[in-house]
Amino acid sequence: MKDRFNLYRFASPATFYPLAGAMIPYFVAVSVVFGLAGLWLGMLVAPTDFQQGEGYRIIFIHVPASWMSMFIYLVMAFWAAIGLAFNTRLSGMMAQALAPTGALMAFLSLLTGALWGKPMWGAWWVWDARLTSELILLFLYIGYMALTAAIDDNRRSDKAGALLLLVGVVNIPIIYFSVKWWNTLHQGSSVNLAKSSMATTMLWGMLLMAMCFWMYSIAIAFMRVRTIMLERERNTEWVKAVLTGGEK
Amino acid sequence: MIHWASFSDFIAMGGYGFYVWSSFGATALIMAIEPIIASRNHKTTIARLKRQIRAENRNTTE
Repeated sequence: MKDRFNLYRFASPATFYPLAGAMIPYFVAVSVVFGLAGLWLGMLVAPTDFQQGEGYRIIFIHVPASWMSMFIYLVMAFWAAIGLAFNTRLSGMMAQALAPTGALMAFLSLLTGALWGKPMWGAWWVWDARLTSELILLFLYIGYMALTAAIDDNRRSDKAGALLLLVGVVNIPIIYFSVKWWNTLHQGSSVNLAKSSMATTMLWGMLLMAMCFWMYSIAIAFMRVRTIMLERERNTEWVKAVLTGGEK
Repeated sequence: MIHWASFSDFIAMGGYGFYVWSSFGATALIMAIEPIIASRNHKTTIARLKRQIRAENRNTTE
């Protein structure tokens, strides 16, 4: 029974640290492959949009960045709930490792949205429900990072951060459904399970780019969580073993 | 298969070149810089922790 496969083993930083390190190059490679395929389809093959001309091609980063900004927040909220319920060490580290990437994705979503809105709507910014709720998401990320950075004790900063994440998660369905609930200038969703309003090459280009952004986010979060692990567990034997063993 | 007639067409993006390439440029920049910062942080953290361990060992052996 001693050698039985145990999933909880991976929840221990000592096991997760080398595992994450070994997986980073694979996630990077897969992300690059998805990115190249997505760019090739989206930028070289996909046809012109009949309404928006070539300007619509911003969609190939705008939608993946927006999806990731919401998805990363959900993952952080998931870790927050796990951390509060089971008091696990890894969950707070995971949430902290994801936050900067989530913030950057929200920022990219807003930036590319402005660059898309200007030629299509004639305005860089409007106080529309979709745009405003995405801006609040960016503020939630920044608030989370500032809050956890302001509290020195890791357990307390994890708890405070987790509470903020769980309260703020209400914003995610608001962003997602805003184009349905309110009369917004922002267009409705382009991807629909029943009937997509996009050409097949456009759709595939976008999905491939979304996969690229997803794999990128995992790779960068793994990079960051390894640093956080060393920092937080610096007094443990496994970190000392890693540092003196000459492993990078 | 390729949608564009020429390279200059591709760059012009039907008149939306500025908006399209700014979006892609900003994204590429962020996705290049973020990993560089993360790996640099990792290296400086390791260097700092190694220094601390050495300092501790000195103190205990004395």
